[in-house]
Amino acid sequence: MMLDAASWDALRLSLLVACTATIAALPIALWVAWLLARRQFYGKALLSTLVHLPLVLPPVVTGYFLLMIFGRYGPIGSFLYDVFGITLAFRWTGAVLAAVIMGFPLMVRAMRLAIEAVDPKLEEAAATLGAKPASVFISITLPLIAPGILAGTIMGFAKAIGEFGATITFVANIPGQTQTLPSAIYSFLQIPGGEGRAIALVLLACVIAITAVALSEWLAQRVAKRIRGNEGDT
Amino acid sequence: MSLDINITKRLGKFTLDVKFTAPNGVTAVFGRSGAGKTTLINAVAGLKEPDSGHITLDNTPLFDAAKHIKLPTHKRRMGYVFQDARLFPHMDVTQNLRFGLLHAPTGSTGPSLDEVANLLGLTDLLKRRPTDLSGGEKQRVALGRALLSRPKMLLMDEPLAALDGPRKDNILPYLERLKSGVTGLPILYVSHALDEIARLADQLVILSKGKIASSGSIFDVLADPAIVPLVGVRQAGAVLQAIVTEHGEDGISTLKTKAGTLELPGVAAGVGTLVRLHVLAQDVILSRKRPTGLSSVNILPVTVKSIRTGDGPGAAINLDVAGDQLLARVTARAVQDLDLATGLDCFAVIKATSIAATSIGR
Repeated sequence: MMLDAASWDALRLSLLVACTATIAALPIALWVAWLLARRQFYGKALLSTLVHLPLVLPPVVTGYFLLMIFGRYGPIGSFLYDVFGITLAFRWTGAVLAAVIMGFPLMVRAMRLAIEAVDPKLEEAAATLGAKPASVFISITLPLIAPGILAGTIMGFAKAIGEFGATITFVANIPGQTQTLPSAIYSFLQIPGGEGRAIALVLLACVIAITAVALSEWLAQRVAKRIRGNEGDT
Repeated sequence: MSLDINITKRLGKFTLDVKFTAPNGVTAVFGRSGAGKTTLINAVAGLKEPDSGHITLDNTPLFDAAKHIKLPTHKRRMGYVFQDARLFPHMDVTQNLRFGLLHAPTGSTGPSLDEVANLLGLTDLLKRRPTDLSGGEKQRVALGRALLSRPKMLLMDEPLAALDGPRKDNILPYLERLKSGVTGLPILYVSHALDEIARLADQLVILSKGKIASSGSIFDVLADPAIVPLVGVRQAGAVLQAIVTEHGEDGISTLKTKAGTLELPGVAAGVGTLVRLHVLAQDVILSRKRPTGLSSVNILPVTVKSIRTGDGPGAAINLDVAGDQLLARVTARAVQDLDLATGLDCFAVIKATSIAATSIGR
């Protein structure tokens, strides 16, 4: 299977965007998941709604909001440009932001379920043994929710690779700059005789997706084996 | 070392309002479910915050509402053994034990992991996962983990409640060993099983509907006729101390109490050891004259100290046994027929078979 330069660019950009987005979103998603699972605070319902909104909104609408807020003249976008000289719209960094926003609810959901499944009694027991809260989180909570973090990460990564609507609205479809894998497939299909190149990328997308799922399954089994008996404290 | 508790805590319609001091040794808190036992022990551990009052360990305030002191759980150094062992499922037994050691304060001294494993019979279990342990084994690991965190005090919330009879008998000797000075730790032991308490405790606090109904030395409280309605007729009974003097070839051992000898089966303790006998009130028969021709030979001369007649047909009688105490439960009619009155000398017949092996402890 031969790929031309534009296809290679699209593949490289998609992997870069997906990896960056996943790594950037991971700690924030974990924190938000922990807040939603364990804390009671004012505005919790609002936070939950905001986090989950991209899941139900048409992606194009999310992309439009991103453009409005993070665009050159948007409230945050103009601030970023004026203070730091950062532009997100129509740049690959904007594609990362779109991927973060779109993958975030999937990551939070998986991690929140995992955190809710951890019996707080185990954390209490760790505290009575003298473990500080941070130590309890690292040595008890984190290992027990590892499968959930893994699942959330894979979901977020897959979403980032496949994200199309919000990305194309926010950063457009500039070959070599903002043209991700799905955008490239879309473009090739618009050109007469471009089906061959599109099919090559479609196959590639399938390979990435299957690899990601297989990898996560394998890792999940290893983790499950390591924390065998993850059934609470019976 | 002593723990001073004086707290209130409201939970809906229920109010816990307790004030007592737990000195060195084992202080048991008895109460039926809903009496507030777990709320009390969680307040000591820092897992639940009282509404008012204070908790002080020696001179260290753990909690003081007036001074806004609330020492976080991890700084209190209370080794807590929960009813549901709460072992960490992603760690094997060694790692669970080491978790306690790892978070013990630097420079603290105490038994090593090996010593604790030996003490609690864990040496063959060290590589196992919590899922591969029986209930009793889990509790022993939980106890070891708590000991290795080098606590200032041990808290136990019904550590045996989830275990069946034989498993209970399996773990009780370990608790007795713990008590007999290997660690010298004060223990707050919460339970609704009076037979465990009778074996282990030095002090007893009886909690009823969030209030302290009775408290004092285990011998005094358990012999108090007033507690019969609180602990239930079937569980009520005093603790008698005796020294094992002889093991007969027929399996019957001779024990010496202050007031005379008893012959009992199934005594495991060696000759010369001081044991506790939990004598259930319903297994004590009273007689004005020394009875003869009975199948039981366990007859002790006693003096009636107090009589309590309740609303029902029963009466509870506190008996002096040459300085020790017994509790007897007879019918109110028997009190009249025998002319039982304070100061009267009579004889207590203890049915030999009524003293179960489990209630024979140090």
